[in-house]
Parts: sequence; structure tokens; C-alpha cells
Amino acid sequence: MLSRVAERLYWMARYLERAENNARMIMAFNSLALDMPRETQLSWKSLVAVTGMEALFDQHHQKADERNCVKFLMADGYNPSSIASCIKAARENVRTTRDQIPTDAWEVINELYRYILEHIDQGVGKRARYEFLNEIVGRCQMLNGLLAGCMSHDEGYDFIRVGRNLERADMATRQIEVGALQFLDGWDGTETYGGLLWTSVLRYQSAFQMYRHNVRRKVSGPQVIRFLLQNEPFPRSVLHSLNEVASALGRLPRNEIPLRTALQAVRHTREGDVDALIRKDEGILFLENLQLEIGELHDDIAETWFPVYETA
Amino acid sequence: MKKNKSIDWKNYDPNDFYDELIAAKGKPRRAATAITDYLGNLDSEEIQARQQAAELAILETGISFTIYSEGENIDRAWPFDIIPRVISLREWETIEQGLAQRLTALNMFINDIYNDQNIVKDKVIPKYVFANSKNFREQCRGFTPPLGVWAHICGSDLVRDKDGKVYVLEDNLRVPSGVSYMLENRQLTKRVFPELFDNTSILPVDDYTNQLFDMLASISPRPQDHPKIAVLTPGIFNSAYFEHSFLAQRMGAELVEGADLVVGEDDCVYMRTVEGLERVDVIYRRIDDDFLDPEEFRADSTLGVPGLMRAWRNGKVGLANAPGAGVADDKVIYAFVPDMIRYYLDEEPIIPNVPTYMCVNKQDQEYVLEHLDELVVKPANESGGYGMLVGPHSTKKQRTEFARLIKKNPRNYIAQPTLSLSVAPTLCDEGLAPRHLDLRPFVLQGVRTYVTAGGLTRVAMRKGSLVVNSSQGGGSKDTWIVDEEN
Repeated sequence: MLSRVAERLYWMARYLERAENNARMIMAFNSLALDMPRETQLSWKSLVAVTGMEALFDQHHQKADERNCVKFLMADGYNPSSIASCIKAARENVRTTRDQIPTDAWEVINELYRYILEHIDQGVGKRARYEFLNEIVGRCQMLNGLLAGCMSHDEGYDFIRVGRNLERADMATRQIEVGALQFLDGWDGTETYGGLLWTSVLRYQSAFQMYRHNVRRKVSGPQVIRFLLQNEPFPRSVLHSLNEVASALGRLPRNEIPLRTALQAVRHTREGDVDALIRKDEGILFLENLQLEIGELHDDIAETWFPVYETA
Repeated sequence: MKKNKSIDWKNYDPNDFYDELIAAKGKPRRAATAITDYLGNLDSEEIQARQQAAELAILETGISFTIYSEGENIDRAWPFDIIPRVISLREWETIEQGLAQRLTALNMFINDIYNDQNIVKDKVIPKYVFANSKNFREQCRGFTPPLGVWAHICGSDLVRDKDGKVYVLEDNLRVPSGVSYMLENRQLTKRVFPELFDNTSILPVDDYTNQLFDMLASISPRPQDHPKIAVLTPGIFNSAYFEHSFLAQRMGAELVEGADLVVGEDDCVYMRTVEGLERVDVIYRRIDDDFLDPEEFRADSTLGVPGLMRAWRNGKVGLANAPGAGVADDKVIYAFVPDMIRYYLDEEPIIPNVPTYMCVNKQDQEYVLEHLDELVVKPANESGGYGMLVGPHSTKKQRTEFARLIKKNPRNYIAQPTLSLSVAPTLCDEGLAPRHLDLRPFVLQGVRTYVTAGGLTRVAMRKGSLVVNSSQGGGSKDTWIVDEEN
């Protein structure tokens, strides 16, 4: 497989996962916002923080109100992580690797792109938002299903798995971090709303139901963090995602360096002491180190397999 | 409920033009009766619904071409008219032979002028004709590629004049495009008119990519192994990128860009893969000679592969079309193709050329300058319909400009009588109306010669227009070769 193609498949998967994650997160936050008492101001900006795009947001906006934040996360073309930008980039990556991807999958991403062009304005508005985001998640899932079911599980597919799961792990650590930042440091509201908030963090990763199945205790900070970080069977937990990355890397040629980094990240995740993490500073430090490790893993992957771009 | 008015062929008037489907008002041609009868039973709403279904399918499947406009590359939906153009198998068989004959002679010509130049020594073609050709490549002198074939893939443009006679308008021997649209058009028609395929013998076109693969495999330097074939594209911004990707996909070939390839110390061509370097045997290149190899052609090219010419000359890689094949893709050389056929094959040309005046001949030039308002003037080396003067539709100012250009560089201009291009019924805003069209069949030559069943029909969507290029507002139709005996 061409190095350039490997790179494009990897990025296609990352962008798709990012779009889907953003959609899930906005849906969950949206529903939480509706439940909160009027006097409690929820910060939409915290969602921007999850995507790591605060600086860019501040360049363009004075006010971090709901509309600005939602538009930034969903529609704005200048934000490379907005849902619209991600789908556009994913489509472009597929368009340049159409010879590798099942035709049906290309058609789904192409239609998804056209759907976004047509509906993004309504999607940003309050009334049609849920429907729009749900459609995005559904179509991303359909695409993943098509790739899993119709594409040969060869090197190309492994690069897709690596991209998807690395993005998922990265996003999950950020969500835990922002959740922790917001809530761990002495949430002074009532118990009821604390539970709601942690539930919404679970919902960012569509994890609520699976959490209930696995953790037969009330929804509390440490339990949620432990679940999202270390629950091995749950496919959107950091540990599961990193395991997937390592398993896909294990099937690729010349994989020594990236595989070593991946296994190290898996070990660190597994060994994280959640009871210590719950103390805010340590928790943040741990999660930020994990994010750095994920970034390092990306660099190793790029250096091992992707083309070298000579700068003029 | 009363039905909307259906198509009444009695009201369809092709005027004085030769119509591909209708012989005379209300009288369809025999090969076209299946489609005309069928359309006659649909009301205008049903026809519109089918056209819309086709357009939706085009958007959904992403059949597109790229145009460069206002400093931006735009991915446009492929323009398609659902009403097919029909040619009878009997007529087609003759055309097919004519195309194969033509490409055979062209390949013998190219090989001759890069080697012994017998055709010049025997005074059939004057030397100046190619000595000044922009596409003559000194780098190819004294070389004979495998099988002696230079132009493996040719797209010849055919037109039909008022009297129904078919002419070759030009031969595209560099990187002819359009074949993917021919294949997609058929897919679309099958979706829109499935009923018609049950009752009519329409020759299938789908085999093209298999034939292309086999032809490419036949020029591999390692024929005993499974050859590794790559399609070399200039990249996503090229207008034909869709096609490059399409062909690679259908052949199971790698779609590569110049930066993916490297020529090794051993003169072999390798591509950069996740496993390391992997040898490539045959390259179907979709970039012009000029950009192919910065070591030998344009040094500033970032699209090509340094050392590729060396690899090719040393027989380490097959290139289709061969570098230098474009020498015969020149409108002055075109004028000599009938002579080539007589000279190399000792046969009479089966499909005639359009009569061509060469401005480089004093006599011809005088005639051209006097009749600019009747003729079509074309630069010898351009493609895509650029830089042309269509006499009857031109202004005085344009004619003065062309007179100046011709006198300044006569070798670069030819002129032809303005043909009355044939028409076919086409769905337009005003309903069904005649529109001018041409046909681009594709011919493959390797060990044997293969001609597509039909080709890409391009249609000028504007009333009266003769410009069929998709970059300039042209559309396309599916082309049916119909066996009437069956």
C-alpha cells in the first residue's frame, strides 16, 4: 500500500471519528442544558475547550454564548475541527483514495457531505439540532459498518482502525479532563445536578447505558472516570481504544517504534490510579501526559509510514 | 385523469441537419425505434422524472469533473442527457475497422519518424511537418518501444456531416480522457431505462477496463509475473482526476502521484509503500510529456518522476502512452493520416479525414485568409476546443486577429470547412430539441487492437452551438450500438 494512501485513510478515519464525537458531545450537552435549572449557567465554552480550539475561538468571538459555540463546533469553516470541516476533509481524503475504498462507502460519505451543506444552518438552530446531529452520528456509524463489512481487512483497514481509535482515545481523555476540571473542584451545587453532570460526561461517549450495566453503583465522579478511562470491554473507553490501536499496529509491517509507544500508553492507562486522580491537580497532570503520549504515538506513526514532505 | 402530453415525434424537427435518431419528421431510424417508441409513450413529466433521477444519481455517486474558474478548482457534477444516441451495428462495424486501421498506421508512423524516417525519404510527408512539431521529442530518437507501439490508447473524435457521412476530426494520442464517463453514462442509462435493455440488443461497453488492463500488462518488462500497474495522475486538481481514480479502481491498479514514485540506481521504478519500496512494471501516465521527467523535460515539473525516461529507455518500465507519441497528435500531421494509411498499410482509408487546409502551404494559406468567415481555424497543438475560430460565428475583429496569427506562424494553423454537425434529440428547457454532437471512441493497441462499442457522445447543450467540451458547457449522452438483426 502506498504511503500516501495510508496517510489519507488514517486521516479520513480520524476526521470521521472527530465529527461523530463532536456530534455526540453536543447532543449530550444540549440535553443536559435543557435539564439544568435556569439559574445555573452551563458553559458552552467548555465544549470548545474539549476540542482544544479555545484560542481560535477567542480570535473570532467576544461572546462565548450558546449560538457562537455551537456554530463554531458544528459549522464554521475556519475551525478545522468543526463537524462541517471534518466531514469535508474526510470526504476529500476518500475522494483521493477512491480506488481503495468500497464504492458504497464513498457514496455514503459523499451524501453525508451534501447533507451537511444543505442542512447545516438548520442544524445550528435549536429546533432541528438534535435531528441533525443524530443524522450525522447515524451516517458515520453506517460508514464504519460499511468499511468493517465490505472492505478487505488488510493494511488499509488497519490504518483506518488506528486513526479511528487514536482519535477516540484522544477525545475521551479531553472529555474526562474537562469534566474533571469543571466538576471535581468542589461542585457546590446539589447532589442531583452533580449526578446529571457526570451522566452527561458519560453521554458524550454514549456510555451511560453501558456504565449502568457494568457499574452497579450511583453515578459519581471517580466511577465515571474509571469507566471511561479503564473499562476494557467498553469500545469508547480510552483503554479499549488504545488496545485497538495497538492491535492494528501489530498487524502492520515495520511497526517496532509505534507499537512500543502504543503499548506504553496502554500500560499507563491501565495503571492509572483513579483514587489519586480524583484529586484535581494529579488528575489533570495524568490526563495531559496521556494526551502527550497519544500525540507522540501519532508522530511515530507518521514517521514510520507516511510520506516525507520536503519543504521548499 | 388526463395524461400530460407525451412526446410527439411529428413535432420534433431536426431542420436541415442529419439527426442520429430521426430520419425525417415522424420517422425514426430503424436502430432507434425502440427508444423513440418508448419515449413516445412517456409524458413529459415522466421524462423529466427520469432526467432528475439520473442527475440525482450523478450527485450521489459523485461523478464529477473539475474546472478551473475564478482562481479556484471546482468539482462539478457531470452533465448528462438521458436520451441515448443510437448507431446501428452495421454502420459501427465499418467505423471500428476504420479506427483500428488508423491507429495501426499512426503507430507505424511514430515509430518510423523516431527511427529511419522512411516516409520522409519516400517523399510522402515533408520533413517540416514534424521537424517543427511541438510534440516531437528528440529524446525518443532511435528507440523502439515493446511491440513497436507508441500510442497504446487513442481517442479519435468523429463527427457526422449533413449528408450522414462520418469523418475523423482529430486523433488524441497524448492523454485522451472521457472513457470513464462513457462507462458511467451506460450505468446511468441502465438505471433510468432498464426496460429497454431487455428488448433491444445493445452492445455492452463494460469490458473496457479489462481490455485496458490486459493491454497494459502486455507491455510489462516482466511478463511472466503479475505485473504491478500504476496510474500516474497529476493529482486531485486535474480536471480528469475522477477518471484517473475510476480507472485505477476498476483495474485494481495503484493510483500514484509523481512524489509516490522513485527511480532507483538499477533504473527500475519503485513506489513508496508502507512496506518500503515496491517495483512498478507499467505506468499508465495521465500527465503530459513535458512534466513526465524533470531530468529530461521541464526541470520545474513537480508532477513527474526524475529518471523515468531513463528507466523507460532501458526497458525497466512500460509507459503508456509512450513519451513522444503526441507527435502524431498534431493537426498538421493529421492532414497526412490518409497518406500514412496508404503508405504503411497499402490500404485505402476507411474513414475519411475532414478536408484540411494547411496554412503553411502558400496556396492553402491564401484560400484560408480569403474564406475566414466560412472556415474553422484551429491551432495545431491545442486541445479542449481552445484558441479556435469558428468562421460563421466570428466577428470581424476576431477574423483580423486570426489573419495576423496565421501570417505570423503558419505552421501552427490549419483550417477546415465548417461542418454541419449532426444532431440528436436532447432534453432542454424548451422540451425535446435537436442539439449538435460528436463521438469519441477509444482504441487500445497492444498485442491486438480493441475498439470500444461506441464511445463518449458529447453534445453542445446550447442551441446552435458546436462546442461540445464539458469545460465549456457541453453535455454527454450514452451511446448505443444496436444490433437491428437481433
